[in-house]
Amino acid sequence: MGDGTVPRMHQRRATTTAPARPELELGRVVPAERRLDGVPKVTGQFAYASDLSAAGMLWGHTLRSPHAHARIRALDLSQALAQPGVHAVLTHEDVPGQKRYGLEFADQPVLAFDRVRYYGEPVALVAAEHPEQARRAAARIRVEYEPLEPVADAPRATELPPIHDHRWTHGHGYLDDPRPNVVRSLVIRHGDPDAGGDVSVAGVYELGMQDQAFLGPESGLAVPDGDGGVDIYVATQWLHVDRDQVAPCLGLRPEQVRLHLAGVGGSFGGREDLSMQIHAALLALRTNRPVKMVYSREESFVGHVHRHPARIEAEHRADRDGRLVCVRMRIVLDGGAYASSSAAVTSNAACFACGPYAVANALIEATSVYTNNPPCGAMRGFGAVQTCFAAEAQMDKLAAALAVDPIELRLRNALAPGDTLPTGQRVSGSLPVAEVIRRCAELPLPEPEELPRDAIRLPGGAGNTTRGEGVRRGVGFALGFKNLCFSEGFDDYCAARVRLFENAGGELVAEVHCAAAEVGQGVTNVIAQVARTELGTENVVLAPHTTATVDSAGSSSASRMTWMAAGAIRLACRAAREELERRGGALAGGEIGVERVYRHPRTWPLDPDTGQITGERAHVAFACAAMRVVVEVDAELGLTRVVWIGAAQDVGRALNPQAVEGQIEGGTAQGLGLALMEEISTRGGLIDNASFTDYLIPTALDVPPVESVLVEDPEPDAPYGVKGVGEPPTVVSTAAIASALRDATGRELARVPVRPDDVVGL
Amino acid sequence: MRIALVVNREPHEADVWEGESLLFALRERLGLPGSKNACEQGECGSCSVLLDGRLVCACLVLAVQADGHEVITVEGLGDGDQLHRVQEAFLEAGAVQCGFCTPGLVVATVDLLERVPQPSDDEIREALAGNLCRCTGYAKIFDAVRLAAGIQP
Repeated sequence: MGDGTVPRMHQRRATTTAPARPELELGRVVPAERRLDGVPKVTGQFAYASDLSAAGMLWGHTLRSPHAHARIRALDLSQALAQPGVHAVLTHEDVPGQKRYGLEFADQPVLAFDRVRYYGEPVALVAAEHPEQARRAAARIRVEYEPLEPVADAPRATELPPIHDHRWTHGHGYLDDPRPNVVRSLVIRHGDPDAGGDVSVAGVYELGMQDQAFLGPESGLAVPDGDGGVDIYVATQWLHVDRDQVAPCLGLRPEQVRLHLAGVGGSFGGREDLSMQIHAALLALRTNRPVKMVYSREESFVGHVHRHPARIEAEHRADRDGRLVCVRMRIVLDGGAYASSSAAVTSNAACFACGPYAVANALIEATSVYTNNPPCGAMRGFGAVQTCFAAEAQMDKLAAALAVDPIELRLRNALAPGDTLPTGQRVSGSLPVAEVIRRCAELPLPEPEELPRDAIRLPGGAGNTTRGEGVRRGVGFALGFKNLCFSEGFDDYCAARVRLFENAGGELVAEVHCAAAEVGQGVTNVIAQVARTELGTENVVLAPHTTATVDSAGSSSASRMTWMAAGAIRLACRAAREELERRGGALAGGEIGVERVYRHPRTWPLDPDTGQITGERAHVAFACAAMRVVVEVDAELGLTRVVWIGAAQDVGRALNPQAVEGQIEGGTAQGLGLALMEEISTRGGLIDNASFTDYLIPTALDVPPVESVLVEDPEPDAPYGVKGVGEPPTVVSTAAIASALRDATGRELARVPVRPDDVVGL
Repeated sequence: MRIALVVNREPHEADVWEGESLLFALRERLGLPGSKNACEQGECGSCSVLLDGRLVCACLVLAVQADGHEVITVEGLGDGDQLHRVQEAFLEAGAVQCGFCTPGLVVATVDLLERVPQPSDDEIREALAGNLCRCTGYAKIFDAVRLAAGIQP
């Protein structure tokens, strides 16, 4: 291990705290297996969406708008149609059903008509024998555009002409905000928003637009079934919601469109919305041939939604003992050209704006707006990332103003079960905030490394830009939380089907059907683990994930899939087992098939005028995480190095500790990217860094060792006490790294990603 | 034009367009989709293969440049059903999530351990810095490399 000065690289400890509620009957769960898809993945045999092929297959290509905002005056396809190998060229006129689709609001054209509203918006499609023929033919499509002034400045969007002729999100139970270009406004009024404190701190914070940058680009294969329907093999997060958007646009019944999960090369929210699904199906049905579409990396940057850039004005008031009296925040989120999940992101940003702290009074105003920037929607952390960055910077400012230790300040205000959130919801389940703070704070910081040392362990790394002179060390801390599962009254469910039969050797076999999307997180292992636990057999076979044989599992998002799949599999397995017992414990040549639907406890919408709950709760449960970070900054060149991260996370109950650690380490790295390097750069709505050369994500040299503590406090409302674990690390790590950079530099650093010129010349 | 090359110790011939990358030829002409296309400009390492024993990004090599040469891809590392020790270590350490980067990282690790059987942590980081992973945060990949090298934690 090098020269011995390297910080601890692989010390991790899983700590189990005593369950807060010993009366909970959690039940034994059999140990996790190795990844079920592991061998095919390490040998190159695993079939990702981009690896599929079929006899007679054509390649599809998308012609996209070079403008952020323009009127389409004319389209001429004649030259493209005359190109060699071309089988079809399609425009909006060829969309047989609904012309628009959308995850929450159908505001986005399948193919643009009249106007394009963002750079990269799909305008036409080509199918050809070779992908290069399709690309070249698309380049021969002549589109006459009349460029329009783009709405590019989100905070001003509500004063500019509307980019949509219709108010798509109006009348859905949201606050009636008459300003143009509003997707959703949410105001949370809690207690006395004018309550004053002894001390007040304020700031204006900004976050750039982050990309999910999953490595497997958007891809899929559409195969016509010869009977008017189509099978679509695709990398997605939610098969059934894809089907329910695709079928109406094709003018088909839902059962004529079958979505099948192909191998998913990462998702992180970016595959919640459709990309090539309808397009490939249109081309396949038109040509009566299988059609494959694979986006390039550049295309992927416009092929999915991004994390909302945000501007946040914050004021925190506290008494002289450091107890929060009132939090006021005004949040503007840039939703880009189409709604996607902006309405829910707005709600999350507002609901978790105060952080996991008990706050008696608050005024939170959050607005998402339409602009001609790239559309934004779901990305890991979903609104909570943005407000955590602002709120935690504010907590550090408050600690400094009061001369209180920042960790002590957080402990004094830590939210606990029984406390009330700014929405009026009482925390009823597990939320061990103080325990998570303490566990994280207990992690020993690595000693400063001595000089001289190898350049690879200095800011600037192998660039060899410093021998250590001018390098300053900083230590930061942050805390954050967010909701688990879907909220605000959404009917959130997961279906599972179990078939018991005897194999040729007379052994009992359980075939488990669940449409939950395996996106890399390991939910297939959870499904098998629960089935083995409940049925007491190792003979568990997972059926393909598809819309064809089982009802919806809901989305692999919102840190919900482990909870929901475990709930559904457990119900179905127990029903199958009861039926088996009813038959005297033997199948006698027959078989048992049961399907069950699991729902988590009900939630209710927020009151559109007050942002207060209208029932027992708006969110079903929460999870929190804390991080402590050590950084080094070369103040002469503005280069940074994250030295070490210690994390403690509230994980409910870890069914698969190795996979939970993997989520913490990976989620932390994505937050590090937002803190230090990741931003989609736009000018007038045009993206100017759509490649991995220009949009940087953390490499093996950028991510430090992450020491993680799993704090196990079972969630009473969840099967086996589980909690989702994917998002909390991403919520917190950006804020924690920024905190450490502030400590090193003494600068406010109110915008991420922090750029070299922000920390240079101290 | 027609090229002849040895892939995973077996001779292959393919008709390729002169602008095609080795990656496209492997994936679409030779039925070896294990090498992944994630950036097509040599930034991510997902298409890492060994060309005459040297680690390269197959997206940056033209198929015609591989004419007469020898290529090892992730599909050619194991011995029949027997996994290569690096593949085994990636599974054991939990270094695989979505797995899209895995073929490239496995090939890059095999290359590293052939050159440096007992790499230091800094050497591991430096050697794998050309392979992007978006899921794992790299920690368990480093664990896998040490495990494959027989380095005690």
